[in-house]
This record gives sequence, structure tokens and C-alpha cells, in this order.
Amino acid sequence: MPSRAEETVLERTEPRSVAAGEAAISARGLVKSFGDVRAVDGVDLEVRAGTVLGLLGPNGAGKTTTVRMLTTLLKPDAGEMRVAGLDAVKDAAKLRERIGLAGQYAAVDENLTGAENLTMVGRLYGMSRAQAKQRAAELLARFSLTEAAKRPARGYSGGMRRRLDLAAALVARPPVLFLDEPTTGLDPRSRLSLWETIEGLVADGTTVLLTTQYLDEADRLADKIAVIDHGRVIAEGTSDELKDRVGGERLEVTLDDPEQAETAVDALAPLTDERPVVEAGVVKLTVRERRGAIVDAVERLKAAGVGVDDLGLRRPTLDDVFLTLTGHAAEDGADEETGESR
Amino acid sequence: MRRLVSDTLVIAERNLVRLPRSPDLLLAFTVQPVMFVLLFVYVFGGAINTPGYDYVDFLIPGIIVQNIAFGGFVTALGLSEDLNKGLIDRFRSLPMARPAVLAGRTAADVVTNTLSVLVLLVTGLIIGFSFHASVGEVLLGFLLLLLFGYAFSWIFALLGLMVSSPEAANSLGFIAVFPLTFISSAFVPVDSMPSALQWFADVNPFTIVVDAMRSLWLGAPAGNSVWGGFVWSALIIAVFAPLAVSRYRRAAGRA
Repeated sequence: MPSRAEETVLERTEPRSVAAGEAAISARGLVKSFGDVRAVDGVDLEVRAGTVLGLLGPNGAGKTTTVRMLTTLLKPDAGEMRVAGLDAVKDAAKLRERIGLAGQYAAVDENLTGAENLTMVGRLYGMSRAQAKQRAAELLARFSLTEAAKRPARGYSGGMRRRLDLAAALVARPPVLFLDEPTTGLDPRSRLSLWETIEGLVADGTTVLLTTQYLDEADRLADKIAVIDHGRVIAEGTSDELKDRVGGERLEVTLDDPEQAETAVDALAPLTDERPVVEAGVVKLTVRERRGAIVDAVERLKAAGVGVDDLGLRRPTLDDVFLTLTGHAAEDGADEETGESR
Repeated sequence: MRRLVSDTLVIAERNLVRLPRSPDLLLAFTVQPVMFVLLFVYVFGGAINTPGYDYVDFLIPGIIVQNIAFGGFVTALGLSEDLNKGLIDRFRSLPMARPAVLAGRTAADVVTNTLSVLVLLVTGLIIGFSFHASVGEVLLGFLLLLLFGYAFSWIFALLGLMVSSPEAANSLGFIAVFPLTFISSAFVPVDSMPSALQWFADVNPFTIVVDAMRSLWLGAPAGNSVWGGFVWSALIIAVFAPLAVSRYRRAAGRA
């Protein structure tokens, strides 16, 4: 990865067609059916400029269909969409100049080299051959592809292809970027490196809508998460808000002396609505209020004279969230739909 | 309009640049037709009676027409592959002229078709084919060939956008076009066929274009075939180009 300074130089002069704080993407009542299947069934979304919305859901939940509508590839049956200040249906042609799309399946021409792929995309944005080549060289450098620039993309690794695909989406410096499952199928190292790249883009002011079926990805990249299942947004909020909806956090206290368990349970009872449980010398309870819970617990245990070996809050994961909201685990749903293993 | 031309050229260039990197396709363009010419001339040639012509003279216009009709196969395979790989989604998300992806594809076919016509013609000349025509007629023949090939590229473009995989494009295209080329005057005189086939062969555009080529290159009686060949080509383009472009607008990646 190039240094942040380099990225800043490349991106600083870019025009932003949406002022910070405004909605860069908004959708109201989106509906799209394929035959009898309502793939998207009344989706509402709002993404403020300069932020990342994670559209989280299993395969077949309607994520990709939503993205295809927002990127003008598909006309909705009903609903309204505004992206980068334009109506995504009426101003579709103009909108295409302002958005970048990187797909689930890296859309690069395997028989062209990395440089040829990016140059082609640049020219299709209306750049001259020289401009397109210049922009391709910048992006190849930025995505650590300079060495591979003259090799056909068929010889690229999965991670390199994704980077090339993402680079292609950035050729015209779009203020709004759509990433459809950007890291599906990538190895952990490539995944991390792509995450860092996406974070760099956001730091430079790009608005991102990203779909993912990975909870850790949404947790790490997204300012807000919309959980989507069966074509509907079933929950929306920050990662913390969603976790709060599932219920408070778990406090787990490992005692020095298991004999003191009863004393500890009495001491900690005021922190929770249900009576704490004891499992193998560990006292567990769901705290009513996360803030100050640890300090409160320590003080109460100290006052009661209970010795503590270890003490910690375990936050509910987005897995817990998904399970609670949809009744099925995110990854299970994915496997059911595709019938394939990752 | 300027965008349409420049985008079309970019796409045509893309398809030509990638061609030498797919050796299997290059083989299909060059070695395979030559093989067919040699097989037909030396295996069937002695058994087929073509009054008034050496079989090699009779065959070359026919086999070149068959070959050029199949030139558009690259378009069907390529578009189907682009759809499956998500490249069509990428193109459709770009602010480019809508028909350019198809126009660029089919334009690239004209270049590869020219190449394969030349390869076949040189092969023919080596094994004894000769023109009995003026330079103008020979060139008009070339023009008709390229136009007819271009028309078939649009048929194949539509096919490539409709089928689910390059393999399906391959077999469907073959099933549709192969019999058309055989039930025509391309390889044997039509009057040697059973009468039902003769009826079909007479109205088959392949027969018309092959007859036109024999008239332009060998001096055979033209009848209506020369202008008929141009009209057929224009008709095919007029019908299939809009169909293919409209299909492209609605094309969805199958990813």
C-alpha cells in the first residue's frame, strides 16, 4: 500500500458533488420483483456524504439487487432513489459519471493487462488516450499493481484482481462508490489490505455503500449498518446500536475462590434484572447498563471482600444481532442459498 | 454520436488486442477453415459433380461464405463470457454510448473476418482456385462477404446475450447455422438435393450469397443473387441490431 500522503495528493483536488452531511444516497420504498419473487420488498436507505453504509445480509437477501438499482443497472418496479444529487432513474446517464461500482465478481478483462483494463475504462469515461494512460498509471501505483501492470489479468491472484476491479471503479474519481461484497472469497491478508484501502477512500471523503455477508467487515468499515433479509431492511443503526438492541452486554467474573460464589452473586445482583448465574467458578450476568458496569462491579465485589482473578464485559457480536433479528445465523443463510462452501 | 464512435473504437480495440492472447480462437480462425477446404477438395471433391466448374472453383466461394457466417461466433462467445464475468455490468455502469459494446464487438469481427477470408483465399489459390472476374467484381465480392459476415455478427450478438453460458452459445449457434450453410449451394449443386431441401435451399440467404459470390468471382450467371445478397445482409442488420441493443440494455449479469 502506498502512503497516505500519496493518496491525499492524488485525491485532494477531486470535485465533490455532494456537500458533507447531506444524503449522498437515499432510497425510499424500493421494490423489485423477478417473476414471483420479490427480491427487494420496500427498501429504505439513507447514506450521509462521506460515510459508509454496510448493507448486511445473507445471499439472496436482496443486497445485490438493491445495489444494481442504485447503480442504474436495473430499473426498480417502485420507489425513489437519489444518488450523488441525481435521480437514479431519470438522470441515469448523468449519474453514471458520478458513481463507481466494484462487483462481487471482479469485472476485469482477463485477456487485457492491468494497464490496458484501466486505460480502457478511462477512455470509456471520455478521457483522451493520454489522460486515460496517466490515470491508469496513478491507480496501478496506488494499488501496488505497477509491477504487474503489463501482465494479462488472467495471471493475477484473487486479491490483485479485486484491487484492479476497485481501481477500475475509481478511474473517474467518483464521489459515491458501491462495493458489492468486495472481499468475498479473498484470503485474510488480501481482505485486510482491501479494508485499509477502503478506509483510505473514506478518509478522503468518498461515500461508500458496501454490501457484505461478513459481520466483522460491516463492524470494521461501516459507520451505519442496515441489516437486510428477504428484501427488507429489518434493522438499522450503528454497530453499537444494533448490539444494544439485542440486549445488554455480558459481565463475566472469574473468582479467586469458587467458595465465594454466593457472596459474589449477592454483591452483583443490583447490576442486573435477572439473578446472576454461576458456571465453574465464573459468575455471569447481563448488565442493565454498559456504562460504568465494570467499575461498579469491582467496587461492589471489593466491598463484599470477594477476590477476583479476571473480570470482563463480553459485547454481543453482530452474529448475535443477526441471529436475534432474523432467527437464523448470517453465515448459515449464506450457505443455504448458494449451496457452496467458502 | 461522437461518443458512440469513440466508445465503439475503444471496445473494438479491446477485442482485437485480446485476440492474439487467445491462441485457441486464432486457431479457429485460421487452421480450422483451411483444414475444411483441404478435406472437402481432396476427400469429397472427386465424388461431387459440379457441371461447368472444377470443384475447387465451386467450393471456395461457398466455404468462404460459410466461414464468414461463423466469424460472428466470437461475438456470441465473447458477450456471453462478458456477461458471466460481470464485465457487461461494468460497461453498463459507465457513461458510455449504449450500443458501443455491441458495435465494437461486431466491428472487431469485420477485422477478423477479413483475416480469415484472406487465409482461405490464399489456400484456395495455392490449390488451384482462380478468379474469372474483373478487379471491381472481386472487390465487390469482398464487400458482400464482409457485409454478410457483419450481419451474422449481430445475430450472434443477440444469441450471446440470451444464452446462459459460452458453451450454450457455442452449441446453439452451431445447431442454428451449420444446417443453414449445408442446405445451400455452398458445397453441392442445389439440384442434386431432394425436392423439399431444394425448395429450402433456393430461398436460403446462404444460397443467394454463395451464388452472388460465384457470379462476382467466377462469372456465373448472377440472376438476382448479387443485389439479393446485399438486401439480405441489410435486412438481417436492420432486424437483429436493434434486437441485440435492446437486449443489452436489459442485460443482467448472471453472477
